[in-house]
Amino acid sequence: MKPLDHAEAMAVIRESITQIVPDADFTQVEPDDKFRDVLELDSLDFLSLVQLLSERTGIRIDEEDYPELTTLSDATRFLVDRSKESAGSAP
Amino acid sequence: MTEFTMPSLGADMDEGVLQEWLVGPGDRVHKGDVVAVVETDKAAIEVECFESGTVARLLVRPGTRVPVGAPLAVIEGEGASGARAGARGEPTTTGAEAVSPMVAASVKRPRSQNPPMRAKADRERAARDERPKPRRKAAGEPKSVPEIRSEPRKEPAHTAAGPIPPQPGVSAETDSALGTGPLVRHLALQRGVDLMTLHGTGRGGRITRADVEHAQPGPVPRVRATPYARRLAHDLDVDLTELRGTGDGGAVRAADVHAAVCTRAVRHQPGRPTAHQRDDERTQVAVAGDTRPEQRTDTMRRAIADLMSRSKREIPHYYLSTTIDLAGAVDWLRRLNRGRPPTDRLVPAALLLKAAAVAAREVPALNGFWQNGGFVPGAAINLGVAVSLRQGGLLAPVIDRADALSPEALMARLKDLVQRARRGRLRGSELSGATLTVTNLGDQGVESVFGVIHPPQVAMVGFGAVVERPWATGGMLGVRPVVTATLAADHRATDGAVGARYLTAVDQLLQKPEEL
Repeated sequence: MKPLDHAEAMAVIRESITQIVPDADFTQVEPDDKFRDVLELDSLDFLSLVQLLSERTGIRIDEEDYPELTTLSDATRFLVDRSKESAGSAP
Repeated sequence: MTEFTMPSLGADMDEGVLQEWLVGPGDRVHKGDVVAVVETDKAAIEVECFESGTVARLLVRPGTRVPVGAPLAVIEGEGASGARAGARGEPTTTGAEAVSPMVAASVKRPRSQNPPMRAKADRERAARDERPKPRRKAAGEPKSVPEIRSEPRKEPAHTAAGPIPPQPGVSAETDSALGTGPLVRHLALQRGVDLMTLHGTGRGGRITRADVEHAQPGPVPRVRATPYARRLAHDLDVDLTELRGTGDGGAVRAADVHAAVCTRAVRHQPGRPTAHQRDDERTQVAVAGDTRPEQRTDTMRRAIADLMSRSKREIPHYYLSTTIDLAGAVDWLRRLNRGRPPTDRLVPAALLLKAAAVAAREVPALNGFWQNGGFVPGAAINLGVAVSLRQGGLLAPVIDRADALSPEALMARLKDLVQRARRGRLRGSELSGATLTVTNLGDQGVESVFGVIHPPQVAMVGFGAVVERPWATGGMLGVRPVVTATLAADHRATDGAVGARYLTAVDQLLQKPEEL
């Protein structure tokens, strides 16, 4: 799997959130806002988001990683870093 | 011969708009089949029938607003004893008095078989009430959903109210006058043949199978389609007759409708009338049962306003609250979820719901209804779960026998109900029969929620957010995840001591998550 760049990671996150909250308004979400609060994602929504992100990127996301998915900028960085790691560790 | 009546889909419903029939005369229906879509103030709901038999007549046109308990269709049953409203054991309140759906139905039914029952009889009934478990059947299964007309009928428009007058190919009375059997009628329906236009070659001018088979299909093209596809087509203004179905037997599936929309976007066909334009009658119907979000939000707001006002007017609430140490439960969940893919992971809400249900088994005085001046225990623990909708408002779908489900099963049910409450359509049986309701506002970040009881239930359990707080245990101070559990209960039915016992039970259950 090719490592994601910043823009790709951001796009995946936005698409995944939009799938869960179809009318999500990203103009209201600053990169450092807690997007769960702004977009009102409950715990089931968040679980769906984790599922979508790992399906689309192939990145494994454990519960311990959840705190990394608090803001859009954190989440983007997390996906970029993880995709590099998994690309690097691949044979 | 029994009547399929407008079900009560919750205590706050006293009328509904019949939006769509998913069956037609001559169709075989089984207990639990989805037969119609009813628009309530809150949502469009798929309603199941509670009889097995053959649909003899449809009494109400799509778009008609009818009171709960009013007959919608006649079903020729198989030795059935009486029509049941779609709601199961849940008592409903039509007017000032709380009555069970059976009573409501029989009071309103013109040909009542049951004399109105009063409190005592009610209580006895509730005690031995075995709720019929509707056989769940995929709504999208084309075989089980015979097609209905997607085109206007040829006769002049009737007023929306009132029974459907006999009309070609629809009324069983017309058909039986011709002496056609159900098989022939069904075949005619399937083939889109109007029986009235046929010349019978059988004995006494009867229409035979061969007559139908040789007949030219009527002028009305018949489209097999899944209910979801039909709804999509309606919403997206796609004419089903122009689609080529890829489902079973050529049935139009949702994917086909989507594909059509994509194509349409590419090459727009201006002169072509849409299903909407062609169908004046249906357009009027659509207005009556419209699902425009703003309108839905308004009516839902009113429905909630009415129910909550009634609750606060009639129910003397008392409130209790306790903070529960969740360290053990959170640990247990973390271990369980480790290594599981996200789809199989549990959220704390699943455990909280399970604990709330099991505690109700230990304190049954909170699980049931206040009816006719007395408490009627619920026959099972059917947990209503308040689900907030993104456009505003809320629905409370029901998890049946939640106390008996494993946390995994409960989680799966919760996910499914929440998703369909927000994006799809719930079934009638999923919105009625709650014996106790839980609200889990913790998911929105607040620490505690004191609910308003959903009449005629007698309690509402609330869970706040799972938060880390300083916690003293064994003389030591530590930081632990805790949750505030609350109870709003009807003081007519129980006293604070009972409520306290309930919250204590919830606490103790959450200390042993592995046993839940």
